[in-house]
Amino acid sequence: MNSNKLSATAVQAQDLVKIFGDNYAVNGVDLSIPAGGIYGVLGPNGAGKTTTIRMLATLLRPDRGSAKIFGYDVVKDSHIVRQLIGVTGQYASVDEKLSATENLFIFSRLLGLSSRDARRKTTELLEEFGLTEAAKRPLGQYSGGMRRRLDLAASLINQPPLIFLDEPTTGLDPRTRNQMWNTIRRLVDEGSTVVLTTQYLDEADQLADRIAVIDRGKVIAEGTPAQLKAKVGRASLELEVADRENISFATEIISQILMTEVHVTATDLITAPLADAEVITDLLLALRNARIVLSSVSVKSPSLDEVFLTLTGHPTEPTTTVEN
Amino acid sequence: MHFADKQISKSTTIALTVRQSLIMAYRGLIKVRRTPEQLIDVTVQPILFTLMFAYLFGGAIAGNVHTYLPIVIPGILAQTVLTGSVAIGVNLREDMDKGVFDRFRSLPIARISPLAGALIADAIRYIIVTVLTFTMGYIMGMRPHAGFTGVLEASLLAIVFSWCVSWMFAFFGVIAKSAAGVQGISMMILFPLTFLSNAFVPVNTLPGPLKWFATVNPVSRLVNAIRMLLEQGKTGTDFWLSLVGGVVIMTVFSILTVRAYTRKAA
Repeated sequence: MNSNKLSATAVQAQDLVKIFGDNYAVNGVDLSIPAGGIYGVLGPNGAGKTTTIRMLATLLRPDRGSAKIFGYDVVKDSHIVRQLIGVTGQYASVDEKLSATENLFIFSRLLGLSSRDARRKTTELLEEFGLTEAAKRPLGQYSGGMRRRLDLAASLINQPPLIFLDEPTTGLDPRTRNQMWNTIRRLVDEGSTVVLTTQYLDEADQLADRIAVIDRGKVIAEGTPAQLKAKVGRASLELEVADRENISFATEIISQILMTEVHVTATDLITAPLADAEVITDLLLALRNARIVLSSVSVKSPSLDEVFLTLTGHPTEPTTTVEN
Repeated sequence: MHFADKQISKSTTIALTVRQSLIMAYRGLIKVRRTPEQLIDVTVQPILFTLMFAYLFGGAIAGNVHTYLPIVIPGILAQTVLTGSVAIGVNLREDMDKGVFDRFRSLPIARISPLAGALIADAIRYIIVTVLTFTMGYIMGMRPHAGFTGVLEASLLAIVFSWCVSWMFAFFGVIAKSAAGVQGISMMILFPLTFLSNAFVPVNTLPGPLKWFATVNPVSRLVNAIRMLLEQGKTGTDFWLSLVGGVVIMTVFSILTVRAYTRKAA
């Protein structure tokens, strides 16, 4: 057994371009993904996430640019790259006509396991992903969540150091989504690097150590969730007073103490940008001295939604465009 | 993760390619077991065609059905076994449109193995066609002079030839946009090849250009070779010609198919 020294950079992509017809699906993507942890590729439908992943996973040949997986070129050393990655597609890449057991057994055999090891691995994975009971049933009867789990299980047979997950939770109910999140976190705890695409800001925020925001085939921002949030600046203060009569008085006090402009929303919510959390103490004291009773106070961090809006100039509404 | 324990290989070996192709064939056979209806063409056609052609043309061409059988059974065998090879294109096209092919492409396996596996699994179809055609012939009264050995040799030749030709249909399957398109183009090639031959009628009854085509048509060589094996138990020029022809077709189209497949694959 030789020991493989893998490069510390899991993915290094330079100027990746993929053109479909005259549509630049991916238009010069650069990525540098460190080994270990979860890397999120965030973007709306049709932004080029899937196309990028497919190029990194040797499923599509880039029209321009290059990409290396642990130092191995995805085009020149594709056979080596395929030994280092597991891919779970947006659409389950398992055989519909076969049972879960048969699927895993065949993939295991293809990956070089002996008949006996393949059977053992299959049982192990079915157990791990809670599919033992349904193992013999044809996949036609599987729910979306079960299919995704089987798909992910199939990607883990040879314990690849890098796992690509293309929108692993799209279309899953919240409970199944949480299970998937836990599974992904566990993979990383076991030492894998996970690259996942998502259209959900919440998902990227919850899971990813670093995020690349992709829009119209280009990376428009990159960093930790905190860094990205810092780009849109400060947190905001939101508070409600118990008695509507006091709104204007309260607004005046807040404006004096925070020394900024204060807004009142249509629902009587008073909001103001908050540069320094320290001043909240002073503000609350001042409001009490003025005998203004509050019904709620909260400090809101900027959301990735706001980040996205700031970066792209358009909100992340799901569009009808189908990603190729 | 225990990745560090594993050996990274730069490319696949021939032994691994064969192994992976056989695993793919195993997958194909499971699918046949799950959906036996995909065998309908290879089961109904030999029964229907043997009855139809023998009773329809028997009197007109050979005076009676019994004399016609040694002529028509090899013809029908060649035709049905070749028709059976068309399905590979349609099946491959449908299969490749499914998500599972993405997984095959992302695995460190020989690029040719999903194709080769599907083609190997198809042997089951050829065996069914061959057995049914000869069974029908036997029931209707055909008794080949070369006996069971002749039947066995003729069957093997027909199966090997069709297997070679199926690479051509596999190629259409890989390059076509839809399964219906594959079916269309394959039938357009198959019909002239099987009917414009000596499979059903003596070639000397045909007008000039048609006669020429029927003579050079590789299917005629195959049919002749099968007749010779069945009646005389001998391998002649036609045997070798059809075998070489098959190998040439396979070589050309296996290269084209794998190339088209890998281009689509990466």
